[in-house]
Amino acid sequence: MLTISHYLILAAILFCISVLGIFLNRRNVIILLMSIELMLLAVNLNFITFSHYLNDMAGQVFVFFILTVAAAEAAIGLAILVVLFRNLKTIDVDELDQLRG
Amino acid sequence: MDFETFVFYSFGAILVASGLRVVTARNPVHAALALVLAFFTAAGLWILLEAEFLAITLVLVYVGAVMVLFLFVVMMLDLNLTKLREGFWSYLPVAVAVAAIMGFEMVTVLYGRSFGSQAVAEPAGYSNTKALGSLLYTQYLYPFEVAAVILLVAIVAAIALTMRHRKDTKYQNPASQVAVRRQDRVRMVKMKATPRAAALESKE
Repeated sequence: MLTISHYLILAAILFCISVLGIFLNRRNVIILLMSIELMLLAVNLNFITFSHYLNDMAGQVFVFFILTVAAAEAAIGLAILVVLFRNLKTIDVDELDQLRG
Repeated sequence: MDFETFVFYSFGAILVASGLRVVTARNPVHAALALVLAFFTAAGLWILLEAEFLAITLVLVYVGAVMVLFLFVVMMLDLNLTKLREGFWSYLPVAVAVAAIMGFEMVTVLYGRSFGSQAVAEPAGYSNTKALGSLLYTQYLYPFEVAAVILLVAIVAAIALTMRHRKDTKYQNPASQVAVRRQDRVRMVKMKATPRAAALESKE
């Protein structure tokens, strides 16, 4: 019999994997964006699990909005990435020191 | 072990394996394809949780649109992979340590808890899509419209960011083509007439 903690632990593992990805691919912006997508997937899995086990549709509505915002974020992020590559000829995060921060 | 548990464990294993592949792949194209597999498997789990509409949306929107966009960008950029992989192994110990500690903490908090859950079987003829739709168009109508505006802003921003005007592009201006007048184009030249025979002689 599947319980709520099965799904929550799976989502937690997925979240940790994407944290691992953000650490490992610190230089590659594309993989960073993919790790963020994976993280959002883990969060969405949590929302849907609670929505199912607590019989509350609000969780699924929230997932709908997260999907919308994540799609917008991916589109704008990739557009910024393309502009970045056009100007710098690289997507290495260490090269992004134009603002001297 | 009943069928549902079997599906959960096999899909969970595929999800974790493809997630690990996303973060460790050498080639970003492989990472994007592993992410497609992860989204697809997650959609399967969402169907197991009776969220059919969102599962189909995940496949259509994420696998169909967002990941194809990722693949386009990855293949369009000419990346120097060896330089981007620098420091991968030196970051590995601290990354694994942080992720393992985070995972351990979350699992200890979550293990064996029920959070007051009592999944009730939905009545016959229940439609997940219908329930979600009726909520979206009544109680959540205003956030729904805001989400639509966010998508519009994203479209405009993405196009405005990536559009560039090349200086050497040649293009026609139909307005000035239509507004042209005769005296702009035709020039009357007055030439002195020369007899035909004399012209032929001077050519030879």
